[in-house]
Amino acid sequence: MDGIYLDNNATTQVDPEVVEEMLPYFTEQYGNPSSMHQFGNKVGHAIKKARGQVQALLGAEHDSEIIFTSCGSESDSTAILSALKAYPKRKEIITTSIEHPAVLELCKHLEKEDYIVHFLKVDEKGRLDIDAYQKLLSPNVAVVSVMWANNETGTLFPVLEMAEMARAAGVLFHTDAVQAVGKIPLDLQTAKIDMLSLSGHKLHAPKGVGVLYLKRGTRFRPLLRGGHQERGRRAGTENAAAIVGLGVACELAGKHLAYENTEVKALRDRLQQGILDAVPSCFVTGDPDNRLPNTLNVAFEYIEGEAILMLFNKDGIAASSGSACTSGSLEPSHVMRAMGIPFTAAHGTVRFSLSRYNTPAEIDKVIEVVPGVVAKLRKLSPYWGEDGPVANPEAAFAPAYA
Amino acid sequence: MWDYSETVKDHFYNPRNAGEVATANATGDVGSISCGDALRLQLKVNPETEVIEEAGFQTFGCGSAVASSSALTEMVKGKTLDDALKISNQDIADFLEGLPPEKMHCSVMGREALQAAIADYRGEEWKDDHEEGELICKCFAIDAVMIEDTIRTNELKTVEDVTNYTKAGGGCSSCHEGIEEILGKVLAERGEEFDPEAKAWPEPVASETIPAPTAGKLTNLQRIKKIEEVIEAVRPSLQADRGDIELIDVQGQQVMVHLVGACAGCQMAGMTLGGIQQQLMEALGEFIQVVPVQKKAAPVGVSVGA
Repeated sequence: MDGIYLDNNATTQVDPEVVEEMLPYFTEQYGNPSSMHQFGNKVGHAIKKARGQVQALLGAEHDSEIIFTSCGSESDSTAILSALKAYPKRKEIITTSIEHPAVLELCKHLEKEDYIVHFLKVDEKGRLDIDAYQKLLSPNVAVVSVMWANNETGTLFPVLEMAEMARAAGVLFHTDAVQAVGKIPLDLQTAKIDMLSLSGHKLHAPKGVGVLYLKRGTRFRPLLRGGHQERGRRAGTENAAAIVGLGVACELAGKHLAYENTEVKALRDRLQQGILDAVPSCFVTGDPDNRLPNTLNVAFEYIEGEAILMLFNKDGIAASSGSACTSGSLEPSHVMRAMGIPFTAAHGTVRFSLSRYNTPAEIDKVIEVVPGVVAKLRKLSPYWGEDGPVANPEAAFAPAYA
Repeated sequence: MWDYSETVKDHFYNPRNAGEVATANATGDVGSISCGDALRLQLKVNPETEVIEEAGFQTFGCGSAVASSSALTEMVKGKTLDDALKISNQDIADFLEGLPPEKMHCSVMGREALQAAIADYRGEEWKDDHEEGELICKCFAIDAVMIEDTIRTNELKTVEDVTNYTKAGGGCSSCHEGIEEILGKVLAERGEEFDPEAKAWPEPVASETIPAPTAGKLTNLQRIKKIEEVIEAVRPSLQADRGDIELIDVQGQQVMVHLVGACAGCQMAGMTLGGIQQQLMEALGEFIQVVPVQKKAAPVGVSVGA
């Protein structure tokens, strides 16, 4: 399919090498790895190899710390619910207001079950208040769950430091690293992170496979009980082909880590500069100095994101938006709102997320298209005048909510 | 599923010495059909030299049970009974280039069959006092019975304690939930509750809390010497299994020992300690409790009866 795919934080193309390695596990090596016969035996070895490949990318100390799951959300739920079950007397959870729904919605639900959830606030650049966090750490807290990198802005959080603080307070620490794995170097053996979630399809492996990293010795209660798979920590017949694919994808991610942080980052910066130079009244959201190398989130003020995406799509450009309309909800992105970004900008945020498959030509094409799209929509906008925003836009147009 | 070594596979596909030995003068039957493993070992022993001239086996069991039996017969042939008795289950596993932890009990069964056959030859009675429970720690092959007994005997309270004493849970740590369950069960017997945040035992024991020895007949020095004698006497057999035992301290009725090498964490450690405890009680004529301790955790410089 032709087009320019800049939505890699949503999902990624499965690397052809990954697909090739996976194929035999559908039609040839289709045995159950738990079986005695040759059909199962080789699958078991393939899973073992994949476990080692994931371990290497994470810098984990032991391959038994890798638990294969079905997705990042499952890993998140498993981690948080495990901590609550393992420490039933601890009734508090610390997380942030800008988590992925996999953590955020679970925590909101847990509030209904009488847990006290502390949602850490962020400043206008999406940064956490570490002092506020320190004050919340206590023996009443069962688990801290903080994402490593935000999916919308790419902002990185100081999880290594926060994990040290949690450990010092005797509290388990989980991080949703779904966006970070494969994009920044990790060395979990030296970190105090007890649990970490990753998702295959964010790093060129297929959908339907994830990992929960569980540091050896961390008290754990499985989400799924049943078979002895994953050392009894996650029952269910292994998704062998996807696990093999994830292993290969992790190995490739390790090889491309430098490329990601030089070439991909350079493309992202080129895109950012190109847009900021050509489009008035727009700004980068999040913390531009401290973010994933592949992510650019721009707020185009006074226009709406879904409309931008539809016009992009006409030119074959795929991105995503924090606008309410794209998510089917009435609120714009909770991440943008948490950073205090006004509605007139929050609805116009567009996330460009790159991958190692993007080319300079693609980026130039996007830079060429964006100003026209924005100008076209601003012509329709009640907040926009002849060649700039109307004076005092929020007051100039204050519609009654009907 | 099982990662059997080539040697295990070879001994399973091409078992040596399978079948009855027509001229056998020693038979050992061990195992349990309910567990799915049972073994008959037959030996032809030369009455003059006590050399095992022929060995044969019949096994009801899995691939590794057959392989362990086959290996055992190969290992004992040509050995004297005394030399054969020195074969440990680990030797059988080593001969086979390793067994999966879940299958180590097959090698234990082999050693037991050998003991039973030799006892049969010598007209002695052999009793299987090895009770096996559900395998909890697959990294170190420690079963529930071993863990439960150790918790009860030593009044352990934490998973860390259990790991220090038995090695269970010291590997991948996936079995910690299982260990916690056993802790919960045993603690409930004492009217206590498992506390996941409790500190590991033992805390160093303050000397003033140590009860004076109850047996008044022996002097402290005599007592210590006797204990040392018993410990020294069992060391060679442990060393034969590439392990060792060290006397760390004596506090009242508790004799602290440190198991080293192959003994530490061996699933037979409980039996070994039970046997030593029995010998100590016989030698001293009083109740003695043998407590395995980690060397670093052991209290130092506390003299008996101080």
